[in-house]
Amino acid sequence: MSDLLSLSMILFSIGAVGVLVRRNALIVFMCVELMLNGTNLAFVAFAREHGNLDGQLAAFLVMVVAAAEVVVGLAIIIAIHRSRGSISVDEVRQVRG
Amino acid sequence: MTAFGVVAPIVVIAALGLLFARKAVHAALSLAVVMIGLAVLYAANGAPFLFAVQIIVYTGAIMMLFLFVVMLVGVESGPEAVTEPLPGQRVAAALVGLGFGAMLVVGVGQVVANGFAVPVAAVEDDNVEGLAALMFGPYVLAFQFTAALLVTAVLGAMVLAHQERLTPQLSQAEHAAQRIRDFGTDGKHPGNAPTPGVYARHNAVDAPALLPDGTPLESSVPGALVRRGQVIRPPVTGPGLGGEPSSDVAPRTDDETDGEDRS
Repeated sequence: MSDLLSLSMILFSIGAVGVLVRRNALIVFMCVELMLNGTNLAFVAFAREHGNLDGQLAAFLVMVVAAAEVVVGLAIIIAIHRSRGSISVDEVRQVRG
Repeated sequence: MTAFGVVAPIVVIAALGLLFARKAVHAALSLAVVMIGLAVLYAANGAPFLFAVQIIVYTGAIMMLFLFVVMLVGVESGPEAVTEPLPGQRVAAALVGLGFGAMLVVGVGQVVANGFAVPVAAVEDDNVEGLAALMFGPYVLAFQFTAALLVTAVLGAMVLAHQERLTPQLSQAEHAAQRIRDFGTDGKHPGNAPTPGVYARHNAVDAPALLPDGTPLESSVPGALVRRGQVIRPPVTGPGLGGEPSSDVAPRTDDETDGEDRS
């Protein structure tokens, strides 16, 4: 139980560091996905701990939300690349198009 | 917990690869490794339905989407800049991340260190039926909200990825007139670009044509090859070396090359 949770926390922390450190917007986005996967693992671990399926359903809903978020986020990255020619997060300092 | 002992190091190493990969493609592949490893962990911990969904949705759909976008925008973005706009930000971020991770691991690990109260079979038997009973029972409202979310995401992606044409599309006649106008103002040749050179030992488009003085003509090879540095250098770059492989390229001017292209 605690080792599964520890792995989930480690993955979440690695994802958080990646969001802070990386410059490429695509990789920042992948790190967000890594954080979501870490929380999913914690949900599954807690579902097993308690012997019911509520945690697994929560993980399933997180997956649906992640899929929707990826679709919109990648569309935003493509739009930024189209208008600025770069997807480095340092060069996108204003939201205004 | 043997599955955990095998999979967990692989997952952590692949997740670290996400931090240190220089190219976006390598980061995407290491993220795929993380997701497959997590799917194995789900299967080992009484979640066969989530195992299948993780493989299909995350590894199959989301990672494919990431790779498509890498193909569209990420490849040409190149390696990240070495200079930091905020000095010391990486070190500070790494320190904060380490502290954050240590706090989470120690804190959560101490709170729940009891081990599993129930066997795996309690959540593994009738997994899909149980999830369906929950999803269409007490959680049916959340399920319907995800439906609305998916429709909104589809619409948002369509709106964001749609490209409005800002200038009218030029017809073929207008293109031709523009070419002649460029020829009149800048002297840019209105015809085809010169063809790549073909040497005795090389028969591909990455070999540039030679000008009369033996220098390679950059505009005779595709621009993408020039930017990638994949252009073959001709074996001899100077005139007056008879008998070498370059001597069978007849010296001719740029204009003559164009004339032959159009015929």
